[in-house]
Amino acid sequence: MARIRKRSIQLSKLCSFACCRSSSQDEHAQIGQKGYSRVVYCNEPDSQEQIRLRYRGNYVSTTKYTAVNFLPKSLFEQFRRVANIYFLVVACVSFSPLAPYSAPSIILPLVVVIGATMAKEGVEDWRRNLQDIEANNRKVEVYDKSSCSFRQTKWKDLRVGDLVKVCKDEYFPADLLLLSSSYEDVVCYVETMNLDGETNLKLKHALNVTSFYSSAESLKEFRAVIKCEDPNEHLYSFIGTLYFDCQQYSLSPQQILLRDSKLKNTECIFGVVIFTGHDTKVMQNATDPPSKRTKIERRMDRIIYVLFSTLILVSFIGSLFFGIETNNDLSGGNYTRWYLRPDKTTVFFDPRRPAVAAFLHCLTGLMLYGYLIPISLYVSIEICKVLQSIFINQDQAMYDEVMDRPAHARTSNLNEELGQVHTILSDKTGTLTCNSMEFVKCSIAGTLYGRGMTEVEIALARKRGEQLTEQAPIDASESKKSFKGFNFRDEHIMDGKWVSEPQSDVIQKFFRVLATCHTAVPEVMGPDEIMYEVESPDEAAFVIAAREVGFEFFARNQTSIKLRELDPTSGIRVDRVYELLHVLEFSSARKRMSVIVKNPENQLLLLAKGADSVIFERLSKEGRAYEERTKEHIEKYSEAGLRTMAVAYRELDNDEYKTWEQEFLKAKTSVSADRDVLMDELACQIERDLILLGATAVEDKLQKGVPGCIDKLARAGIGIWVLTGDKRGTAINIGYACSLLRHGMKQIVITLELPEILAQEKEGDKEAIAEASLNSIKLQILKAKSQVTEESSTEFGLIIDGKSLTYAMDKNLVNSFMDLAMRCATVICCRSSPKQKAVITRLVKSVTGRTTLAIGDGANDVGMLQEADIGVGISGVEGMQAVMASDFAIAQFRFLERLLLVHGHWCYRRISMMICYFFYKNITFGFTLFWFEAYTSFSGQPAYNDWYMSCYNVFFTSLPVIALGVFDQDVSARLCLKHPLLYQEGVRNILFNWPRILGWMFNGLLSSIIIYFLTTNSITGPAFRKDGQVADYSVLGVTMYTCVVWTVNCQMALSINYFTWIQHLFIWGSIAFWYIFLVVYGSIPPTLSTTAYKVLVEACAPSILYWLTTLLVVIAALLPLLSYRAFQIRFQPMEHDRIQIQRRRPESTEYDATQRRLSESSEARTSSELPSEVRIRIDNLKASSKRKN
Amino acid sequence: MDTNGATTSSAAGGGSTSKSSSKKHSRKPVYSRFTQQELPACKPILTPGLVIATFTIIGIIFIPLGLVSLSASEKVVEIVDRYDESCVPSDYSNDKLKFIQNPSINKSCVRTLTVPKLMKSPVFIYYQLDNYYQNHRRYVKSRSDKQLRSVSDEKSTKDCSPEDKTVDGPIVPCGLVAWSLFNDTYGFSVNSKTIEVNKHDIAWKSDKEHKFGSNVYPKNFQSGGLIGGAKLNSSVPLSKQEDLMVWMRTAALPTFRKLYGKIEQDLQANEKIQVVIQNNYNTYSFSGKKKLVLSTTSWIGGKNDFLGIAYIIVGGLCLFLAVCFILLYVIKPRPLGDPSYLSWNRSPAGHPN
Repeated sequence: MARIRKRSIQLSKLCSFACCRSSSQDEHAQIGQKGYSRVVYCNEPDSQEQIRLRYRGNYVSTTKYTAVNFLPKSLFEQFRRVANIYFLVVACVSFSPLAPYSAPSIILPLVVVIGATMAKEGVEDWRRNLQDIEANNRKVEVYDKSSCSFRQTKWKDLRVGDLVKVCKDEYFPADLLLLSSSYEDVVCYVETMNLDGETNLKLKHALNVTSFYSSAESLKEFRAVIKCEDPNEHLYSFIGTLYFDCQQYSLSPQQILLRDSKLKNTECIFGVVIFTGHDTKVMQNATDPPSKRTKIERRMDRIIYVLFSTLILVSFIGSLFFGIETNNDLSGGNYTRWYLRPDKTTVFFDPRRPAVAAFLHCLTGLMLYGYLIPISLYVSIEICKVLQSIFINQDQAMYDEVMDRPAHARTSNLNEELGQVHTILSDKTGTLTCNSMEFVKCSIAGTLYGRGMTEVEIALARKRGEQLTEQAPIDASESKKSFKGFNFRDEHIMDGKWVSEPQSDVIQKFFRVLATCHTAVPEVMGPDEIMYEVESPDEAAFVIAAREVGFEFFARNQTSIKLRELDPTSGIRVDRVYELLHVLEFSSARKRMSVIVKNPENQLLLLAKGADSVIFERLSKEGRAYEERTKEHIEKYSEAGLRTMAVAYRELDNDEYKTWEQEFLKAKTSVSADRDVLMDELACQIERDLILLGATAVEDKLQKGVPGCIDKLARAGIGIWVLTGDKRGTAINIGYACSLLRHGMKQIVITLELPEILAQEKEGDKEAIAEASLNSIKLQILKAKSQVTEESSTEFGLIIDGKSLTYAMDKNLVNSFMDLAMRCATVICCRSSPKQKAVITRLVKSVTGRTTLAIGDGANDVGMLQEADIGVGISGVEGMQAVMASDFAIAQFRFLERLLLVHGHWCYRRISMMICYFFYKNITFGFTLFWFEAYTSFSGQPAYNDWYMSCYNVFFTSLPVIALGVFDQDVSARLCLKHPLLYQEGVRNILFNWPRILGWMFNGLLSSIIIYFLTTNSITGPAFRKDGQVADYSVLGVTMYTCVVWTVNCQMALSINYFTWIQHLFIWGSIAFWYIFLVVYGSIPPTLSTTAYKVLVEACAPSILYWLTTLLVVIAALLPLLSYRAFQIRFQPMEHDRIQIQRRRPESTEYDATQRRLSESSEARTSSELPSEVRIRIDNLKASSKRKN
Repeated sequence: MDTNGATTSSAAGGGSTSKSSSKKHSRKPVYSRFTQQELPACKPILTPGLVIATFTIIGIIFIPLGLVSLSASEKVVEIVDRYDESCVPSDYSNDKLKFIQNPSINKSCVRTLTVPKLMKSPVFIYYQLDNYYQNHRRYVKSRSDKQLRSVSDEKSTKDCSPEDKTVDGPIVPCGLVAWSLFNDTYGFSVNSKTIEVNKHDIAWKSDKEHKFGSNVYPKNFQSGGLIGGAKLNSSVPLSKQEDLMVWMRTAALPTFRKLYGKIEQDLQANEKIQVVIQNNYNTYSFSGKKKLVLSTTSWIGGKNDFLGIAYIIVGGLCLFLAVCFILLYVIKPRPLGDPSYLSWNRSPAGHPN
């Protein structure tokens, strides 16, 4: 069991009262020194000494801003963006005569955009503030010395040293030292879900010396001083000393109750406040999740730089021409354009100093063509992403009924990255499997028991084509009496029949170990119903199995475990009490757990269970009787996809135990840093010379829909890596069961379990082993590579174990290894540690340079989730650590399919389209300004009224683009799932590659040319109305602007694929709004509206030419895109085009039916093969994208 | 199940909420077509049929529109006469600037225009300037809308420099635009019979009513050192100075026409019109052209072939594209969206399952 579990509580400690002994001063050497300087005067929060220490109050604030610093701080945040700084500078300069337009018209859009972003920040912060207020104003009972009673106080008024009373189901208001509880043995149960997500109850135990202070009266006399560590973020450690009654008592995490955990199953407790507010461990732990940026955003920044360069170039060209023209104003002593009064001019237009004028004009140009940079881009994208996340959260298809959990996008800024995932790195247990363990088989004394078939076995059997008809009904009939976590069927053992088995004494011992060697807490729910609070599902499976066989564990306290057993001789059930002496807890390093008990016969026993490798190497000579057979069985079990554990025991000699215990207690109470190491060593000392009893096998069931989901993801061309701690056999079989490995796929196994390596290991020369291993791995990788190259048409699955992986990660080998791995459809890394998982993730990310997604459910996956581009946490039974570290949380692995193929694809498409379109619309607009400039001798006069321009990004074009970013769908969700290959659009990034971006920009340029030249030629010059009026500057501005608004919005209509009423409303509404704006703006007095005064009503609307020009220009400007799209769909249709058209075909109904039949039948098979054509196609796609790169 | 209480959001922060108490409340997302992104939608696809139809329809609409516009433009009769060169006496032809800047020289000039076709009343008289940057930023800004509108804002001349004020006070109307007012005049006669030129209603109605005040009179105008263009009668309020209004409606492009007046009588074909031009305005220093234009209008406005031709070209292009697509479809009828492209759709039959 290489599975790592964070043990928050070490029950070993509760069984020993040694920690209550006063310990000598030198063991607490650290107390009082740096890092361990905190002093708490219990029950004396008002004392001078306490006040002098000035510890922070219990008021917490998790907000980013306060009322005072909100404005400056959020403004500062805003202007950290390059584009915003540019706009700020422009706004400042706009007050100078350099500005081509009036200052308010440039400031207003900036204010709107910045204001919108700040409002968003403000609302988010306000929510946090409300939460804080709620938390700060919660009530807690605080001891009042004057009245000798408890009175209600707000959390925020709590001080260090206060005595508080917390009742059942209340949260602890601060980090407390447990003094006493309503239980006699001064224990209490806490739930720490808010801290680490673990839902099981944890037992806390107060010091015995304080246990008498369990009433308000007695507390009056209570005085003590606590010296302890300074505030830190380690939830599971605490070092401190209690000075009480002239004695010193060492404190451990056992006595500490952490803020935000909850009191359970205990009437009330009394405690002393040690850490308050931001000093509490939970607050010290509160860190922002690492912020990740998407590839699209990074590329967007580069595009903005490109646009900035364009802006500078365009301004430069403008100034150059302007300089020449200005220079020409003075020719041969005469002023040419006399009407500009060049003789009496400002520095900006001075023909005598054209260079200066040109330079200043360049600044004007930078402001004028600023419309090339979309000011509202960032805020629009943020709005879109937040809305997209809401859609993800609201998706019913990703809601899990059983757990009552919808999907949850914890960050909104990675949405589009979901559509570009190249490799998925997945945990196995709890992710692919349910992590609800079922005890299915066991091997006792070399005999196999249990005849149920595991899902893996069934899947494998199906694969071999065996008939399994008679299997199902048996299961069904027996499952009536099934418990969660128990699926064991064997008539030799069940119902007390084990008594008549030949090795019944071994069987008895075996199940006694299962019933006692654990940390479960029983909860008697009814006469025949016992629930167990356990820390891992494996343990539950064992305890339940023991109960079902007849070893019912029904009560535990700190010193004993009570079993109700069947007495083999008398045949009656008797209660037996085992005195619990020590628990040597499970850890990932130890891979075993053991308890030391004294049985009713006064025998000292050490009962152990653990991974086969660790147990086998600790067996005594006489304890190896069943070793060979058990090993065989374990091998067999793991092939069937089961998790195995070996069970052993040892009888302890009384003297040996005594000496060992002394050592052990000493180690336990020491406060030194190497305490854990010392304790491990001591545990090792006693855990030897074991006698093997047998092995257990529990099944970790596959989650619902996993094979189908993996199949889909594979069809989408996503590489899947499974990183698991399982043994190779188990991993391969699980691989088959969930269709990671498929029929017709060739396996490449890289391992170090080769005879020559093993032989060398026996010799024990570490360097030689390392060298031989490295060479062996190198050889295997090269061989595999040549094999993969030769047989390019077959699929490969790579299986590598953790040990080999460390060698493959060698810097000389890593490239060829990754190269090999990239060519395989599936990679399974078995026996890998959490750290390796993170390292592999980083490697995959850096070597491929593509998007990686890590998915996991446990604390051991946190590193991997944070390392990957996207971390997806499964909010399963294992607690919330993974979810806390993740970017997206889903309840089931199978939802990943929808998250990626549907939401990911959509979001990718939406965001990339949106950005492209943004650049398009601003280039179109910006360049019309530039062309007009060319006809004003580059004087810097804008073609439009100031306010038209400032409203462009905010009112006339923003809503449709947000609608695109939020609602657009190229194909429906159903088709996305039906055609997973569509996903390759995102993986290969074909919607946001440079040709496409530049294409859109070119389209913008083209549109601006068409708009400018067609409008100017159509309406200027001769009369534009029947009454002989000619079009002046204001009319041209309106006409051109009308054309721009129409064109830009119609291009949007052309390029989206999904018209709901929202799109219609926004697109046509924006156009209509332009006319409304013109009428309204044109009717305010001319001193404000200047050139816009009555321009539509009086000048444009009566002119047929105006309307005709609009029609002509809009259609002409749409033609390039329309014909490009028409040809492209015809000759180079993209995947979504094909699917869209196919959907339209009349015969598709019949076709759909066949398709459905096929997909149904493929789901019916537990695993379906990837047809070779698909694979070839994916390969072709990959090859072509490689060529492009 | 006691595990439901965990809210994923009430995370490590202090704001742990007690949601576990309200666990009976299901967190299942509420179904609505909106949140499930299943709103009824129209999903247009560029199928060959649609493409061909679109192009054809555009072509069918645009070509007739173009033809109608062209014919409307054809009906317009227009006489354009460039006079800046020929109105300079031959002895000044090398130094036109000297000619135009010398106020003592008589600037009268007589031109004869032949009416090519019957010109129905009203005939609009325009002057057309070329290479004249009324849209120059310095020029456009050099005005004061406030001042033009009301007497009380007489002093708001901050944008008008250097034509903002004289020693006697602010200039009304101030700024370069007004200062450079066009001052050529035209007198028309046919067979030595004078033709009345109606100079009313040549400005925008809103200009007369709102932009130019009826109680604002020209003041200190053209009284400074350098005289730009026309002078204004200081006893006529600005709201009656239509020439000024027309001029102050700055043109969009460096080549522009401005309305001078209307002739409200028909001009018969082949009639010879005598035009007496006072050629005062200096376009010689920046080599701009001056033209006199007489034009009738139709519903499309003046003579504007461009629009019609553009319509016909765009329409023709669309028809051409439509034909191309039809041909492509006939020659190479590739069924789009053929399932065979989606190769994984083929039945994976043959696998022993």
